[in-house]
Amino acid sequence: MNAINKSLDTTLWHEVCQMDDLIDDVGVCVLVDDVQIALFRVSGNDEIYAINNFDPFSNANVLSRGICGDLKGQVVIASPIYKQHFNLKTGQCLEDETVILPTYSVRIVDASVQLANN
Amino acid sequence: MKKKIVVIGNGMVGHYYVDKLLQSDLELDITVIGAEPRPAYDRVHLSEFFSGKKPEDLALTSRDYYIENGVNAFFGDPVTDINTEKKSITTNGGMSFEYDQLVFATGSYAFIPPIPGNDLPNCMAYRTIDDLGEIKASAKESKVGVVVGGGLLGLECANALMNLGLETHVVEFAPGLMNAQLDEDGSRMLRKKIEALGVRVHTSKSTKQISKGDECRLKMTFAEGDVLETDMIVYSAGIRPYDQLAKSAGLTVGERGGIVIDYHCRASNKDIFAIGECALWAGRTLGLVAPGYRMADIAVSQLTGEAQSFKGADMSTKLKLLGVDVGSIGDSLGNTEGSLRYVYSDACNYIYKSLVVNEDGNKLLGAALVGDCAEYDSLLQYYLNGIDLPEHPDDLILPQRDGSAPVGLGVDALPDTAQICSCNNVSKADLVAAVDSGSHTLGELKSCTKAGTTCGGCSVMVGQILNSELEKRGVEVNTDVCEHFPYTRQDLYMIVRSEQIRNFSDLVSRHGTGLGCDVCKPLVASILASCWNEYILKDEHAPLLDTNDHFLANMQKNGTYSIVPRVPGGEITPDKLIVIGEVAKKYNLYTKITGGQRIDLFGARIDQLPPIWEELVNAGFESGHAYAKSLRTVKSCVGSTWCRFGVQDSVKMAIDLENRYKGLRAPHKFKMAVSGCTRECAEAQSKDVGIIATEKGWNLYVCGNGGMKPRHADLFASDLDDETLIRYIDRFYMFYIRTGDKLQRTSTWMDNLEGGLKYLQEVIINDRLGICGELEKEMALIVNTFHCEWKSTVDDPEKMKRFRHFINSDKKDNKVVFVQERDQIRPASKDEQLEYAETA
Repeated sequence: MNAINKSLDTTLWHEVCQMDDLIDDVGVCVLVDDVQIALFRVSGNDEIYAINNFDPFSNANVLSRGICGDLKGQVVIASPIYKQHFNLKTGQCLEDETVILPTYSVRIVDASVQLANN
Repeated sequence: MKKKIVVIGNGMVGHYYVDKLLQSDLELDITVIGAEPRPAYDRVHLSEFFSGKKPEDLALTSRDYYIENGVNAFFGDPVTDINTEKKSITTNGGMSFEYDQLVFATGSYAFIPPIPGNDLPNCMAYRTIDDLGEIKASAKESKVGVVVGGGLLGLECANALMNLGLETHVVEFAPGLMNAQLDEDGSRMLRKKIEALGVRVHTSKSTKQISKGDECRLKMTFAEGDVLETDMIVYSAGIRPYDQLAKSAGLTVGERGGIVIDYHCRASNKDIFAIGECALWAGRTLGLVAPGYRMADIAVSQLTGEAQSFKGADMSTKLKLLGVDVGSIGDSLGNTEGSLRYVYSDACNYIYKSLVVNEDGNKLLGAALVGDCAEYDSLLQYYLNGIDLPEHPDDLILPQRDGSAPVGLGVDALPDTAQICSCNNVSKADLVAAVDSGSHTLGELKSCTKAGTTCGGCSVMVGQILNSELEKRGVEVNTDVCEHFPYTRQDLYMIVRSEQIRNFSDLVSRHGTGLGCDVCKPLVASILASCWNEYILKDEHAPLLDTNDHFLANMQKNGTYSIVPRVPGGEITPDKLIVIGEVAKKYNLYTKITGGQRIDLFGARIDQLPPIWEELVNAGFESGHAYAKSLRTVKSCVGSTWCRFGVQDSVKMAIDLENRYKGLRAPHKFKMAVSGCTRECAEAQSKDVGIIATEKGWNLYVCGNGGMKPRHADLFASDLDDETLIRYIDRFYMFYIRTGDKLQRTSTWMDNLEGGLKYLQEVIINDRLGICGELEKEMALIVNTFHCEWKSTVDDPEKMKRFRHFINSDKKDNKVVFVQERDQIRPASKDEQLEYAETA
């Protein structure tokens, strides 16, 4: 699709930010080894999700700036450019089954947010 | 060998005829000869030439169209001779053509009363585009104008003179206005109403002479010896068929003109036809376009071999003259023997309605309506379909004051053959069939059948048929905003207001389910802002926002943003211009002037927005809200301060209005403009709210649109003072915010309001719903709590921290790449990005 990095380089956990840096239901973008990852803390279920920030439909790094919510039971993020929805857990695009974005594992250690490859 | 068809005349009917021939399977050799210098144009909307339409806007066809379709077309070279023996014609320029079949579609010309002096300069007819050009030119040098003729066209012409700013007189030979369509009392009511609008009406006036004037350029002397001074005279005293050529070719013409035709539209020579206004059918000429089109259909059918007969045409009409609704159906004058009449007359509001019924009182023969045409569509259906009248026919025209529904004709009572849209000849059966094949919204039904797309008069009825048909099929139309709220936008708005709900989580826990989505979240954010006007980046509101609102800028295709500082009314000092220029230069932004008279700065990275706005706010700029569903700009012309023609200070009004409504969130974006005179340089009629200055105040136009579906705004109220103008606009916007659907612009909003413009006027001017006090209070809250979102943001370090691409790094987004074009930046294409990545 594109010459963009999608995979973190090791199976290590990477510390990316503190819990305080997140606002409920507002995405932020973190950079880990040149990979852009969008992070969302969803207030309705207190989960934190991590998905690649690259929107393949607009060819731009923008997903952290989308609106999150749920559709038919799936927690999703809507691209701010052309409004496609992506399942935040699986990366599956709801409008185009051939598109699946990388998602990442998230854990909280003390108050720090850490990411790793799924 | 192909049959040779020669068509003389290229007006609306002549062109329609040729078009129909082209649509048929016939192999023909078609020649068209028009006397006017241009191909056919829309004469029905001729007066729009005065409101700024160009000849090309009115054009129905073009030379190229004829060439592409193999039609030989010639314009500005009239036919002068016909040889029926040799079957050939000759033009003034000496061209000659043979025909197998000749068709007269020569139309008619304006009747100029035979008054001495009728050919003095500044005396002209009202008939062609060239005539209108002359009228416009003459009006520029005139203060006073007279229209000779008080019929349909005469009053339309009077309207044009009024709009051109002239003191306008109508001089009519008969005792009343519109004598052909209105009975005496109806005619008198119309006169009172248009006199109240400022037109001076003189009836029973026979002009004896026109001569040079003393005060004005011209002087009219009447039979009684009284005189009227005027700078220009426009004749609109009826039309006469163009039949001289036919007469000299030996065809039979009527005593008072018109080429005599039979039921097949054939003239007295078997190879010659006549259609439209030049034809005399059953002793009558028919001066409307619909019967002309039917004649053309009949004439074509003689060639295709399925010969049909012309059986006359319905001459009922409904129109707005000087803003006054006038309707006439069938035998409105009650000429039928034994007919009876019902009359309703309201002199306070200038409303008159009369019904003419048969002797038995069970069938409608005709009707005349002045000042209110709400019942026109139902009455026309009673008339055209011979539907039995209700027990008390007068119920059909009496006002309903006790809150009960009007007694109109239920759409279910109409036969399938009932013609609903007369402009596009759409029957009830056509509409029902379209509903069956899947048109389930008003918009779909209109675009599928074309019903209601020309004059729009039948829109309400089309909507009623749609609803009734959907109901019959058990189709439940889902109007929920999304899966999280089983409500419409309008419902949610009323819930938020009445329950004083202040945030999304309260609303979803009380009335919805789930987490919300990218449809309902921005919608609720907009409603909350419309009601309470809190800072939109408050933590509880921020997650609801589209990225544009969230970062107070417009996201562009590569993820960067554009910035539009507010420039109220388009007025800006050189110092401020320099600030914009310096900011753009410093941050290397692409600059472009917008259509709304301000400057757009493109290509700012998210982390550049705060420092850019710090500089702009310090220089006194405010957010332009280009990113929001709210007021964009109030465009203005330079107005009376500088312009020779301006009659009011349009710039000041525009600035005041922009400052009043800036930041107001609505179902969709909305635009305004103020023009300082009738020349309308600010293009106010293409805006949601447009204001045009008059000598006495301001004319208010509403629900116009440029964009995807252009629509001219409708005149809502005239000659308002500043205070009333603002009061009406306050009410208008708050009513739109209350009742508009999500992402519905004002133009479609009004088109879908039952009762349309008239209903809106009732609500906003006459306070029919008793809500105007509330609406004004709601607006006052928004106006009084205005705060510039960018100023609030610049002042809040916590909020400023959000404007970073990465929260854990100061690196830039490597996908944001620009290249140079015409000395400015532009986003790199995909290929250019790859190239950059390789070299980087």
